[in-house]
Amino acid sequence: MAHLSADNQQRAEAIVALYPERRSALVPLCHLAQAEEGHLTEEAMEDIATLCGISPAEVRGTASFYDMLHLEPVGKYVLAVCTNIACMLQGAYEVLEHAEATLGIRTGQTTPDGMFTIEEAECLAGCDQAVCVQVNHRFFGPVDEEGFDRLVDDLAAGRLEETVPPHGVLSRVSREVDLEAPAVGGEQV
Amino acid sequence: MLTDHPRIVSARVGAEDSHTLERFLATGGYEGLKKALSMTPEAVRAEVDAASLLGRGGAGFPAGRKWSMLREAPTKYLVVNGDESEPATFKDHMLIEHDPHQIVEGTIIAAYAIGAAQAFIYCRGEFALGLERLTRAVNDAYDEGALGREIFGSDFSIDLVVHPGAGAYICGDETGLIESLEGKRGFPRIKPPYFPAVIGLYGEPTVVNNVETMSNLPWIVLNGGAAFAALGQGSSTGTRLFALSGHVERPGWHEVEMSKTTFRDLIYGLGGGVRQGRDLKAFIPGGASSPWFFEEHLDMGLDQDEVGKAGSMLGSGSVVVMDETTCIVRAAWRITRFFQRESCGQCTPCREGSGWAEKVLRRIEDGSGREEDVELLVDLCDNISPGLGWPPKQTTICPLGPSIPQAPVSAIRRYRDEFLLHVKEGACPLPAGEVRHG
Ligand SMILES: Cc1cc2nc3c(=O)[nH]c(=O)nc-3n(C[C@H](O)[C@H](O)[C@H](O)COP(=O)(O)O)c2cc1C
Ligand code: SF4
Ligand code: FES
Repeated sequence: MAHLSADNQQRAEAIVALYPERRSALVPLCHLAQAEEGHLTEEAMEDIATLCGISPAEVRGTASFYDMLHLEPVGKYVLAVCTNIACMLQGAYEVLEHAEATLGIRTGQTTPDGMFTIEEAECLAGCDQAVCVQVNHRFFGPVDEEGFDRLVDDLAAGRLEETVPPHGVLSRVSREVDLEAPAVGGEQV
Repeated sequence: MLTDHPRIVSARVGAEDSHTLERFLATGGYEGLKKALSMTPEAVRAEVDAASLLGRGGAGFPAGRKWSMLREAPTKYLVVNGDESEPATFKDHMLIEHDPHQIVEGTIIAAYAIGAAQAFIYCRGEFALGLERLTRAVNDAYDEGALGREIFGSDFSIDLVVHPGAGAYICGDETGLIESLEGKRGFPRIKPPYFPAVIGLYGEPTVVNNVETMSNLPWIVLNGGAAFAALGQGSSTGTRLFALSGHVERPGWHEVEMSKTTFRDLIYGLGGGVRQGRDLKAFIPGGASSPWFFEEHLDMGLDQDEVGKAGSMLGSGSVVVMDETTCIVRAAWRITRFFQRESCGQCTPCREGSGWAEKVLRRIEDGSGREEDVELLVDLCDNISPGLGWPPKQTTICPLGPSIPQAPVSAIRRYRDEFLLHVKEGACPLPAGEVRHG
C-alpha cells in the first residue's frame, strides 16, 4: 500500500538513470515518495534503498538529516513561519505565537483533524516579503496576524488548492528527457 | 553613487513572462552560448579571466582562477550552487524564479569552458516554484538543442540535471553540497585533501559556482570580459545583486555597479531609508556570517577589498538594517540560534560553542543573565575563532564555525552597555517581545 506506486517506480528508475552513481538519487526519490504519502513511509524507504543500492537504514539515516523530509505523518498543510533575522525584525515571533494560539497547537505539532502543522522555519529567502510564510513550500508574504487568519481560512475552505498542492508535492513539472550525451568515464547506470 | 550601468543579470526581470523560453529567445537568449561555442574553451576562459568575475556565493573567489585550478582528468563535473540559505539572502531565489534560462545558459557556457562531462544545478528544496521553472527551462533547453548531444550543431555534448535539496543550510557549503549530491548527509569535507577542484563529486575534479556567478556568463561572453571589468573598480568588477531587508522603507533586491555604489546609496537611496525616519542602530553588510557595520560605514563602497579591510565582508550580498528600536541582544541571539540549529555537529567548537553561546544570549535577553555572562560570551567566541580577528581563524572543518562569533562579538563591541542593562534591569529594556524557549 505505502510502497511506491507502479507509476512512480518507473519515474524513480528514470531519476536514478540521471546520475553517474545510483545513491545520488536518494533525495529526489524521497521527494517523490513524499508526494505520494505526505511523508516517508517505511515501505517507501525500502523501495528507495533498493533503487539506490543501499540499506533501508542508510536511507533513514540520510533522510533524517534533512528538515524537509518527514519520517512521521504531518498535516495536509505545513505552515512554516520564518523567524530568522529579517522576519524577526518585522514581528515573526508574534505571528508564530498567534499561529499557535489560533490553531491550538505548539510549533512542531499537527491539528487533530490532520489539516495543519506549524513549523518554525529558518530564512526562506523571501526576506523582502517579511514576515515570510510557506505553505507546503509555496510562498506567502508579507503575513501579519490577520493575514495568517485569512490564509488558514482560505486553506480550510479549499480556496488555495490550485496554488498549494498537498504536503510532499514539490515540483509539479517533471524532467522529460533522459541523459543524451555519451558517457565520459565513470559508470553510466 | 548610483550609476547608469547595464543590467547584466536582472535585465529580463520585471516582465511577467521573464521565466519563459519565448521571452528568453526574444531577448537575446542563447546568443552568448552560441558565441561561446564558436570560440575555443580556452578563449571563453580568457574572457572570464579578463572580466575578473568574483564568485557571487559568499567567498568572492575569482571564477576564472577557480576554473584554472581544476585537476586534469577525463571526467570533470560542474555543480551550480542554488542552495541559497544564508539568512537574509534572496537574490538567487529571485534569479531562479525569474530567469531560469539565463542560469541554464550560463551553466552550459561554464561546462563548455571547463570541459565538464555533466552539470548539475543544486536547487534549494524549499524553492518549489523555482524547481518547477528550472526543470521546465531544462526541458526546453533540450528541445531547443542547447542541451544533450552535439548542442547547436557543435561537437560539444552536455547533460544538465536539476537536483533538489531537502532543507539543510550546511549543504550550501561546497563540500557539504557535494556530499549531499552524492546522496548522503551534507557533512562538509576537510580541505585538504577534499578541494572540489582536486577531489570533488564522485572523487572527480569539480567546479562549484553560484547561480548568480553563472548568470553573468552569457553577458560576459557576448560583450567581452573587458566590458565587464570596465564596470566597478579594482578587483570588484561588474554589477552585483544586493538583497536589502529589515527596517527599511522598501525592502527588495537591486542590481548595482560594484564599488561605486555605497551602502548609503543602497539603504537610503534605493531602500528609501530607515523606516519611519528612525535612526540606524546597526546593519549587517553581507549575510548572517558577516561582522556588523554601523553609521560610520555607510559611505563605504560595495567593494570586496574595502569592506574586507574594514573588518567585514560582502559575503552573500545581503544587507539587513536594524533601527534604533532593535534589541541588539535579541538580534545577536537569533543569528546565533540559526547557527546552533544548522551546525552539522562534526566539530566540537562549532557544535558545543554555538549551543552554549545561544543559551548565554538567551538568558541575557530574558533578564536572567549575570554580568560575567558578557565576558563569558566573548571568551567562548574566542575559543571558536581564536583572536576574534578578521578574516577569522578557523579551527573547524568548514567556515560555519568561525561565523558563529561574528554577530555576538559585533553586538558586544558596540553595545556592551545594552547587554549590561539587560542584566541590571533583569529584563529586556526594549519592548520587542520575548525570546522563545525551546
Ligand atoms: C555554511 C556555508 C553555506 C554556504 N551557502 C552557500 C549558498 O547557499 N550558496 C552559494 O552559492 N554558496 C554558499 N556557500 C559558499 C560555497 O561554499 C562556495 O564558496 C560557492 O558556492 C562557490 O561559488 P562562487 O565561487 O561562484 O561564489 C556557503 C558556504 C558555507 C561555509
Ligand atoms: S564547522 Fe560546524 S557546520 Fe562546519 S563541519 Fe564543523 S560542525 Fe559542521
Ligand atoms: S529572514 Fe525570513 S525569509 Fe529571510
